Amino acid sequence: MDSVTQLQGQLVDYTTSLFNEGYLNDQYTQLQQLQDESNPDFVVEVVSLFFEDSERLLNELDRALDQQSLDFRRVDSHVHQLKGSSSSIGAQRVQNVCIVFRNFCEAQNVEGCLQCLQQVRHEYSLVKNKLETLFKLEQKLLAARGSIPTQ
Amino acid sequence: MATAGEFFRRHLSETVEVFDQSSSSGSQELHVLAVDDSHVDRKVIERLLKISSCKVTAVESGTRALQFLGLDGEQSSVGFDGLKVNLIMTDYSMPGMTGYELLKKIKESSAFREIPVVIMSSEKILPRIDRCLEEGAEEFIVKPVKLSDVKRLKDFLMRGEEEKNGEKGTNKRKRQDDYNFSLSPPSSSSPPPPPPPPPSSSSSVVDDLSSSLRPSSSILSPERPLKRPRL
Repeated sequence: MDSVTQLQGQLVDYTTSLFNEGYLNDQYTQLQQLQDESNPDFVVEVVSLFFEDSERLLNELDRALDQQSLDFRRVDSHVHQLKGSSSSIGAQRVQNVCIVFRNFCEAQNVEGCLQCLQQVRHEYSLVKNKLETLFKLEQKLLAARGSIPTQ
Repeated sequence: MATAGEFFRRHLSETVEVFDQSSSSGSQELHVLAVDDSHVDRKVIERLLKISSCKVTAVESGTRALQFLGLDGEQSSVGFDGLKVNLIMTDYSMPGMTGYELLKKIKESSAFREIPVVIMSSEKILPRIDRCLEEGAEEFIVKPVKLSDVKRLKDFLMRGEEEKNGEKGTNKRKRQDDYNFSLSPPSSSSPPPPPPPPPSSSSSVVDDLSSSLRPSSSILSPERPLKRPRL
């Protein structure tokens, strides 16, 4: 088996596992379908925006939850944005935590919010890691040959 | 598992015209103004539209959208680069001016009320949907927006040559419509007879929006009264 075939196999396997383990959902596939020769970096670009947005929002959440008197609406607003962008790239697990997080905001449950913040940071760093690994695999494959296999 | 995108639209009983000034070449490339405060969503919607052969202007707020439309001026819906706007797609939840408020401003303007406005939201809140549709939104799409949504919108805008019976439509359509819920790709249905048309300003009409809008394969909720109180 040549290295290209091997890499292709690895890429497919890795991507499949991300879907199976719930890190990514169909929306990610939708994004992949929007990528073509005229826009070969589309997915990476969108995901990079997601990383930027998320990091900003997580920092805002740290600040918001660190206050003496919690402004739940402010917290909810940040979580809503994070939920939105994670949904737009198909980051299912991040999105799921955001849903629970918003419920705690609505219930004005401080403990719940703090827990969710921890959890959402965790899920975010997991998916970030996974996506970066995925992109590296794609780069390797590109370098070894030409195009990325379609799913 | 993920299904086809959900969207809601009114069961229109009138035709509405979309004025297209770029008819000289016969090409009907639509120009869409996309409004969303999320970077990620702007990027995605832009790509969805470009891949569907639409020109896109993506802005981050309702204020910017109104500026682009030149709402302060007396012009018709011509943007800075002189391109006519054929469709406005706006997020609902935005800081400052919400998508609903933007919708209202557009529908209250004599110059722009004929531009179809689509609201996008990650939240499927029925009163919100009702409110938007009643205010004249063409459709309410639950995010994330998919390629099939854009394709459907584009088809909807482009079609209409055969529907154009010289019927001119009014643009403030509230209080006259019921609506369909659609959870599946549309199938065609026969239009109900349109009401007598009010006078409308005319320019060269290239497209108009068909009243035979989609989904009646949809789930029409029979309990809902035709006229709903404003929420």
